Amino acid sequence: MLFFILKRLSQSILVMAIVSAVSFSLFNFVGDPVNNMVGQDATREQRVEIRQQLGLDDPVLTQYTRFLGNMLQGDFGLSYRIKRPVDELIFERLPATLELVFVSAIIALLVGITMGVYTGIRRKSWASRAILSISLVGVSLPTFIIGIALIYIFAVHLRWLPSSGRSGTVDLGWWKTSLLTVDGWRAIILPAITLSLFQLTLILRLVRAEMLEVMQTDFIKFARARGLSERAINFRHALRNTLVPVITIIGINIGGLIAFSVITETVFQWPGTGLMFIQAVDFVDVPIMAAYLVFVALLFVLINLVVDILYFVVDPRIRLGD
Amino acid sequence: MTDLLKIDGLDVEFPTRRGTVKAARGVSLTVSPGEVLGLVGESGAGKSTIGNAIIDLLEAPGRVSAGSILFEGEELRGRNEAEMRRIRGDRIGMIFQDPQTSLNPLMTVGAQLVETIEKTNDLSATKAEERAIELLEQVGITEAKARLQAYPHQFSGGMRQRVVIALALAGDPDLIIADEPTTALDVSIQAQILDLIKQLCRQRELGVIIVTHDIGVIANIADRVAVMYRGEVVETGDVAQILGAPEHEYTKSLIAAVPRADRKLDRFSSVDYIEGGTKPFQRIDIQTHWLGKSLHDRRSGAAIEVENLGLSFVLQKSVLKRNRKMLQAVDDVTFTVAEGETFGLVGESGSGKSTVARLIAGLYRPDAGNIRVIGQDVVSSPRSAAAREARRALQMIFQDPYSSLNSRMRVLDIVAEPIRFYKLTSSEAETRKIVGDLLDHVGLGAKAALRYPHEFSGGQRQRISIARALASRPRILICDEPTSALDVSVQATILNLLKDLQQELGLTMLFISHDLPVVRQMCDRIAVMRHGRICEVSETETLFSAPEHEYSRHLLDLMPRMDLLGSARA
Repeated sequence: MLFFILKRLSQSILVMAIVSAVSFSLFNFVGDPVNNMVGQDATREQRVEIRQQLGLDDPVLTQYTRFLGNMLQGDFGLSYRIKRPVDELIFERLPATLELVFVSAIIALLVGITMGVYTGIRRKSWASRAILSISLVGVSLPTFIIGIALIYIFAVHLRWLPSSGRSGTVDLGWWKTSLLTVDGWRAIILPAITLSLFQLTLILRLVRAEMLEVMQTDFIKFARARGLSERAINFRHALRNTLVPVITIIGINIGGLIAFSVITETVFQWPGTGLMFIQAVDFVDVPIMAAYLVFVALLFVLINLVVDILYFVVDPRIRLGD
Repeated sequence: MTDLLKIDGLDVEFPTRRGTVKAARGVSLTVSPGEVLGLVGESGAGKSTIGNAIIDLLEAPGRVSAGSILFEGEELRGRNEAEMRRIRGDRIGMIFQDPQTSLNPLMTVGAQLVETIEKTNDLSATKAEERAIELLEQVGITEAKARLQAYPHQFSGGMRQRVVIALALAGDPDLIIADEPTTALDVSIQAQILDLIKQLCRQRELGVIIVTHDIGVIANIADRVAVMYRGEVVETGDVAQILGAPEHEYTKSLIAAVPRADRKLDRFSSVDYIEGGTKPFQRIDIQTHWLGKSLHDRRSGAAIEVENLGLSFVLQKSVLKRNRKMLQAVDDVTFTVAEGETFGLVGESGSGKSTVARLIAGLYRPDAGNIRVIGQDVVSSPRSAAAREARRALQMIFQDPYSSLNSRMRVLDIVAEPIRFYKLTSSEAETRKIVGDLLDHVGLGAKAALRYPHEFSGGQRQRISIARALASRPRILICDEPTSALDVSVQATILNLLKDLQQELGLTMLFISHDLPVVRQMCDRIAVMRHGRICEVSETETLFSAPEHEYSRHLLDLMPRMDLLGSARA
């Protein structure tokens, strides 16, 4: 197992190296950073001075090494627009995004697996058919339309929940959470549901398909022939056997949640990293874009590593390596 | 003796869109305590349906439409699910065919036993565990206590089937239904499992129903036999009477089709009792046809020469060489197959016989040794034109007719692929003509070309495989267990076809099988393999009359005893 994790770890490092190279190249290929920093009326001398300050005249390789070195220390440079360290900006915004992703992942998992198991077992009931039809909406409608529709219904029409923003935050010193107050929860519900809907339907359909397949296997038939109860068959025998492929998808999906949060955060004006990224794109704020890219890739890689380790927990055949 | 189980006039039907299919019609059976009833028939005869109907686990949408099932004097039909659950496991146990798939791979054997014991006996967890150990010991698993913590994949096939039997016995049932309990196992394991079932049946006064297609199993274990054909029981009686002096025509031809282990015959007798019959098919004239084109440049000499062949697989990876676990799948194997000869490779699963075939076909590369096909070295320079030509002359027929054909390709394209690949014809029209001829020749008919593999039965698919193998105009056929997935009657026709083709085309055959009677009928010489090594190479008749190696003798002893069949087929 150690061998396996080391192998995965080295693959992860390779991925991160490639991503950092791509994000570095943003500096050189996306716009002229000096133009972005100074006004239209800056003199030639001012421009040259800034170029030197930023080290833009050094050879590419030197610049990349410097970029890598800084990055490893968590230093992504100054934002062109706000003129503050990028890592500070990201860490300010991170709790908002992570809490949003966390809540929506929980919704997607709980609801998705429960409904998947239900529709897998009660294949022919009208409730299953209804769930499956509605779930098509989740897959086919784009996130921003669902978000706008939810705002219209629950915020504008029914006035139950706030339409945008994050409120009721409590500062824990190192983390600003909105999960400790009613206000905070009221604010997070709509964006979290919006964000989770796509993943939820995906998990639902996957669990259902896996359940249907597992229910056909010999060991389920044998469990029936031993007179075991439906509950034991469905949950002890069937569900766990559906989990290996489900875990794979969930791993990719949580990464997807972070990526999709860009849209959801924009729709709900949620002050997370996604919204920050969109604003950075508007102003060609390259340091923020580059840092965000590296940061999202890092999360993806970490999540997939955790998923690989989870395989061992779930499946003894992998755990014991035969 | 009172009947433990009495089935009377049972009808099972499967409503489908195209009308109702009757899987069982008017089936009547009885089983007494301490008796083994063999339920024999070919696939589709409805024998498994009977077993499933008894414990009310018919596949949807099947249902029992008439008749009665009396178990210890009580009617089982019309019980609700909760009542049936108390009968399943507690009073009727079931054993399935494939021990690989009938255990939950993610639960320890102990957990599966304990949950079943708790359900059937109302015992506490610790008591249930003691009982689980007892059960495992009873089915012959040593160190039972430690083995409770093991997962199913850590057991061998035979051991897993013992665990399955322990699970079936957990509720102390009075009746066991065993559905092909040994079909997926090796001969030696098969004998052990059958002995175990028989012994348990006697000790515990169990009634046992053995569902099988294998007459050998019936001969070894059954007290009474019911023969099923197309959903009906055509004959019931004592095992000696059914096997020795069958009355019904179907039983007679079924028993005649069992390959004989005692004597070599020219052809396999096939089951001719087929309602509706089969159409005779057009065979081509080999002398003038494309297929026989290279018939004249046959030479005498060795077709396949294998020298000191070795191959090992890595079982467990490790950076350090000493921590790596290797399996020596093929170890110093040497033999020569003469042109026009049929050479048999026999052995149990894991003996390396299929690996040898794959090495010769170039599907694996050997670690050591050399292979020459028609005098051409195919190992050292596998990409040379001569090696390519040698590979064209060597074709393979695989065991599983379901997975060896691409289900998305038409039969035409499947059979034409080698012709197109090796550019053996001058035009597409000629290719299509030849594919039609080949399909005719193997007994499928040219019309099959436009259909897809799933429209054919197992035996028909194997004919497609044979046509595909012939399409490159081979001189050597490697047949890897070509009939072990097929029914006896179908097996006989396929083997006869292979024999005919070999004689017509002067083919060399490497015939791999675990079935000694079949090998005796097919082969000129036989190599016995065990643990990747060859134990002995002998003329077929020598091997069967005077085996040299101890292991050959052991294998021969394990052959199902067929003495009961004697009089019926003289």
